[in-house]
Amino acid sequence: MRSIWRTLDRRVLADVGLTCVAVFFIGLSYGAIAVASGFPLWLPAALSVLVLAGASEFLFVGIVATGGSPIAAALAGLLVNSRHLPYGLALPDIAGPPGVTGRRWARLLGTHVMNDESVVFALAQPDLPRRRAAYWACGLGVLACWPGGAVLGGLIGSAVHDTSAFGLDAMFPAVILALIVKDLRDARTLRAALAGAAIALVATPFLPPGLPVLLALAALLLLVRAPATEASTSPGHQASTSPGQEPAAAEVRTAP
Amino acid sequence: MKDSALVVAGMATLSAGTYAFRLSGQALRARITFPPRAAKLLEAAAVILLAALVATTALTEGHGFSGFARPAGVLVAGVLAWRKAPFLVVVLAAALVTALLRILGVS
Repeated sequence: MRSIWRTLDRRVLADVGLTCVAVFFIGLSYGAIAVASGFPLWLPAALSVLVLAGASEFLFVGIVATGGSPIAAALAGLLVNSRHLPYGLALPDIAGPPGVTGRRWARLLGTHVMNDESVVFALAQPDLPRRRAAYWACGLGVLACWPGGAVLGGLIGSAVHDTSAFGLDAMFPAVILALIVKDLRDARTLRAALAGAAIALVATPFLPPGLPVLLALAALLLLVRAPATEASTSPGHQASTSPGQEPAAAEVRTAP
Repeated sequence: MKDSALVVAGMATLSAGTYAFRLSGQALRARITFPPRAAKLLEAAAVILLAALVATTALTEGHGFSGFARPAGVLVAGVLAWRKAPFLVVVLAAALVTALLRILGVS
């Protein structure tokens, strides 16, 4: 642990801290929303520790809350989390403990704290020791802040009874939208996302809950058919590889 | 939550599967090269799923329309997010606009 503080400069640590605060606030809304949708407090609490990948947890809770099958919800969540596979491929030996190598439990924990934020911070560092330190600082910070926020949010949510009077039902889609807006700045992704949203809306009156969201994936065809502009990365996309350039809110796309 | 056992099974599937993704990328690293195009498609798939979730949770309730107050709040949040407002502002604006509209009698 101490080597993290020695290895990273203060600015990177400050950025990591800010990101963790943002994750904490998303966790607050997550816990409050889950409880407001009728789940007991232990559910978001357990998910936040065991899954530790915010977007998929929102998706799971959203699909089950609207009456969808929990298994379908889990599969949808896994699809969202499949991005962790290329993360692992992209990071050379980073989940090992900082300093000492080869401790088994540390490697298992290091694997668990792989998320959007820790990977982004790691990639922004110039060498392996600093990459490891940034990865661990951010990973452990998120591991503390995400469940912490979820539990506190759940407690607050339990205290509020008429959720629709406070507009809490609008918070869920707003949170997700805030998290993906960075990706939507890419015109092709935006087009596919709008098409997917339209498909889901059209299907909603006819299909059982949960399925319309999965059906939206048909919009991927829009991206498969037109390979085109590989080189033109959107400005929004570049932001994801440069932590600290933007305030934390912009970075926590699919927190954590 | 009607069927707790099924919900727990779903939670276990999601947790175990996510850990497997985190682990397998590192395990495979030495052996294969993942085409960047496939990685991009996976990322786009996630965004499409989440966008569909935004649309359905904002506009529908059960099999029907949710009323105007909620999508109006989400729309305001979307505009704020697009203009890079802080996360907290975005989320609170959604709740505030929706609550105000309901106070004014818009369902």
